Amino acid sequence: MNSTSPSFGKSVFELLSSMRFAISLLSILAVASIIGTVLKQAEPYNNYIIQFGPFWFEAYEKLGLYDVYHAAWFLVILTFLVVSTTVCIYRNAPNFAREMKSFREHVSEQSLNAFKHKHEAVTTQTPEALAASVQHYLEGQGYKVKNLPREEGVLLAAKAGSWNRLGYFLAHSAIVMICIGGLIDGNLVFKVQQLLGYKKIETRDIPQSQVPAISRLSPSNPSFRGSVQIPEGSSADVVFLNVADGYLVQDLPFTVALKQFRIEHYTTGQPKNFESDLEIFDRSGKKIRDATIAVNHPLIQDGIAIYQASFADGGTRLSLRGWNLFAPTDSPFPIEGTVHQNATLTSEAGDYTLEFTDFRPFNIENMGGDAAETGSTMSVLGGSPISDKKHLRNVGPSFQYKLRDSRGQAHEFSNYMLPLELDGRWYMMSGVRDAPNEAFRYMRMPLDADGNLETFMRLRGALLNPAWRHEIAANFAHQALPKNASDPQIEGKLTNSAAQVLALFAKGGFQTLGQFIETNVPAAEREKAAGTYLRILELTAYEALRIANRQAHLPEPKPDDATGWLVRDTLNSVSDMFVYGAPIYLQLMHYDEVKASGLQLTRSPGKNVVYLGSFLLTLGVFFMLFVRERRVWLRIKPGHALLAMSSAKHTIDFEKEFTQHAQALDTLAK
Amino acid sequence: MELALHQPAPLLKRLSWFDWLFAVIIASSGLFALSRFGEFMDPYEKGILLAAIPALAVFGWFWKSFRPLFIIVGAVSLFAISQYHDNLARMDEAFFLKYLISSQAAIMWMCALFVLATLTYWVGLLARSAFTMKTATAMTWSAVALGFIGLMVRWYESYLIGTDVGHIPVSNLYEVFVLFCLITAMLYLYYEARYQTRQMGAFVLLVISAAVGFILWYALDRGAHEIQPLVPALKSWWMKLHVPANFIGYGSFSISAMLGAAYLLAQRGILASRLPKLEVIDDVMYKSIAIGFAFFTIATILGAMWAAEAWGGYWSWDPKETWALIVWLNYAAWLHIRLVKGLRGPMLAWWALGGLLVTTFAFLGVNMFLSGLHSYGTL
Repeated sequence: MNSTSPSFGKSVFELLSSMRFAISLLSILAVASIIGTVLKQAEPYNNYIIQFGPFWFEAYEKLGLYDVYHAAWFLVILTFLVVSTTVCIYRNAPNFAREMKSFREHVSEQSLNAFKHKHEAVTTQTPEALAASVQHYLEGQGYKVKNLPREEGVLLAAKAGSWNRLGYFLAHSAIVMICIGGLIDGNLVFKVQQLLGYKKIETRDIPQSQVPAISRLSPSNPSFRGSVQIPEGSSADVVFLNVADGYLVQDLPFTVALKQFRIEHYTTGQPKNFESDLEIFDRSGKKIRDATIAVNHPLIQDGIAIYQASFADGGTRLSLRGWNLFAPTDSPFPIEGTVHQNATLTSEAGDYTLEFTDFRPFNIENMGGDAAETGSTMSVLGGSPISDKKHLRNVGPSFQYKLRDSRGQAHEFSNYMLPLELDGRWYMMSGVRDAPNEAFRYMRMPLDADGNLETFMRLRGALLNPAWRHEIAANFAHQALPKNASDPQIEGKLTNSAAQVLALFAKGGFQTLGQFIETNVPAAEREKAAGTYLRILELTAYEALRIANRQAHLPEPKPDDATGWLVRDTLNSVSDMFVYGAPIYLQLMHYDEVKASGLQLTRSPGKNVVYLGSFLLTLGVFFMLFVRERRVWLRIKPGHALLAMSSAKHTIDFEKEFTQHAQALDTLAK
Repeated sequence: MELALHQPAPLLKRLSWFDWLFAVIIASSGLFALSRFGEFMDPYEKGILLAAIPALAVFGWFWKSFRPLFIIVGAVSLFAISQYHDNLARMDEAFFLKYLISSQAAIMWMCALFVLATLTYWVGLLARSAFTMKTATAMTWSAVALGFIGLMVRWYESYLIGTDVGHIPVSNLYEVFVLFCLITAMLYLYYEARYQTRQMGAFVLLVISAAVGFILWYALDRGAHEIQPLVPALKSWWMKLHVPANFIGYGSFSISAMLGAAYLLAQRGILASRLPKLEVIDDVMYKSIAIGFAFFTIATILGAMWAAEAWGGYWSWDPKETWALIVWLNYAAWLHIRLVKGLRGPMLAWWALGGLLVTTFAFLGVNMFLSGLHSYGTL
């Protein structure tokens, strides 16, 4: 054992310091890094299960692929890189240091003669005189020269570019420094604590104050990077660290309170600046300072940097009107809600949970479609760089909510507070979708001449009201037939048809009507029948509106275009209601906005080590790549001079320089 | 006798009157900008402006051709700005602006000239015509001048849109593609003069033409040429340093890849008699990777420092960061093999060529296929 161990140690040393090993490490590190860019890191674990299935999910989890850059095997690669670089420095350092100092003055004439780059010249000057002029020349070229007396003459030993070797030290020790700095800022300490069972990730969704000590990190934790969301008027004395499929609670040595969060906008509506007005208190509640942070302008407090990272709604209070879409009545009911909170709705069809998810005070929407630009010579070549953003408009506030039925099924809704103008008419818009990755489908409800929803709701109620159906149909039939040729039999038939059309429509909108036509009308006549039914429907709807107005003690609707469009839009909208996914429509009346600011807090003591390493790396790289190390010797004997030159890297520049020195020698030796 | 020795005179004595004039022009324009706009700048921006004065002057002394370029770009840009009368609509009215030097017109001229220069380099290469090659060089220089004028004017136009909208035009994919073309062309022109050979232009300009193709598609199909206000994360002086440094890296790596292709062809006897010697191609390939690596290192470090201020951490393993590291590791390995092992030849040429894939993915692919914090130019 004793006899093999030194050679084993030596071969490990050889391997670690070998170029092949270093290059393999660089390649392995590069390939390993790719994994984390291809596979999205630190997603909720459910996403991975859906993506890979349970088997591969577990396999990948074991390999640490969901957080590659903190996986044990990745750290091992980095450690090897640090070790290999250190060994390499250790191995080369003494030699290089000697090389930097040395003039290699003990070179023999014989070995100079064996150089590939050598040049001989005949001279009439004394060795000392020639040596002096060449020394002057070489020093002018940036060489350090040593003039050494030798038998029968002089040896000049010169070197330039020794900093190249210094560059090697700087660059390679910089890599070690950067890795160590990064390690200090990494989560290695926690990993060890976790392995030893001192710390555990919290995976439950519980209030922060209930998180047990085993999942909390003390304020003296040297390095962390966590985030917290603070609503306006609230404060936080912890941040959350996302780890694997859970989190840790990091206690802070101070309390951060958010006074106000602001978003500034450009005239085009894009966000220009995010700012938070903060107050910092110490743990006893004494105020330390006021500060405003913005993106790119963090605040440093007790060695902890506080960044503006994101923003969200902080619990805006919403005053809403609820409309029962399928009730024959037209009176809304009031609802109060708060974003991030739930409300319960009770109805005959069962209970619903209203989950208010978000509120947005601005919505910049593309209202112009893609209008073609007018063609000029330059627009063919790309056009003016001045963006034409007239089609982008702020359409005002909107709020988002989920409506969950008693079976847990939910649709997601997004309703605008203000009406939108489309094709010259105004609508209230309500978007709905079944899954977060879908786009919203919009139901548009027409506004009346006063800009209110009431007329639409009244007409909707009348159309769905079975009690009024006969009266509506009779009125329609009476109006439809010429006054002088009224035939009670035909009128009765027409009344029945109209009532049937109305009943079908009230059952399921245009779709039910279409199905009815498909089953009862021969193919050849369907198109005609559909046209007739539609006409009947529009006219009956107009009668329905008249009756509804009369019942509500309102004036007769004006028989103009506007009313015509209102009726048509109402029919479309009522038809859409059947696929809307909710029995109520929520109209936002007032809001009291509360914003929340997302802060990121980091403590990274390794940062300065990394920055110093980076600075040394830059210096080192420049020295290594742009300082050429070369040596020149000149052995002068009476009447004869021998010039030799060497360099670690034989580039074209080296050849040029050698030619130049050789010519210089010829000139000087004359 | 002194001349025959190539004895370098002390730096200051080597400078001609033109060098001094150039330095005076740079200093006076920089100081003028500072006095006129200083109140709108933060201390860092003032620092960058002041540091740019000696940096540009010394760069002009080092690479003499930069001096006329700078003066012409400056003069024409000022002329263009004077034509606006503070009114953006003049872009479509004033003759010079409409057809030549409004930002978009100038950039389109740049595109056209780069494509023409590519064709001309190839004609010159195939016909062994020195005159044609010279024409191609002149076209490339003109393209560079017009491209810079385009960016300068675009900078001004952005402020005409709104003082809060105005920003240096290196903020989105369209603008940095123009920057990429310009930096790549300038690096190439430097090597062309240094090695007294124009044949490599045929290859290098190919990658610029490809970028021009992208610019045209991106502008015509996606309307990406529109000046957009900055998102809050980009509103920082770091952008002025991080982006140009990065594109010196990308540009150099692209040149080395094209030279890798030239090397491999010449080595197989294709165009061998028309191209420079293999050693020359190899040397330029090495040099551009060296320059690229140095600046890519700086750019990545600057990016990390900016990230520490904007995203809350100097390294978050964001896809863009990670791919920057992969690119860096790739060329670090290349340089190790070349410098330590002393290896040359087709293997490194293949590697440099393959490096273009890695670089392109880091530059474009990450924006197209991966999502992350660095989503400032999406397709």
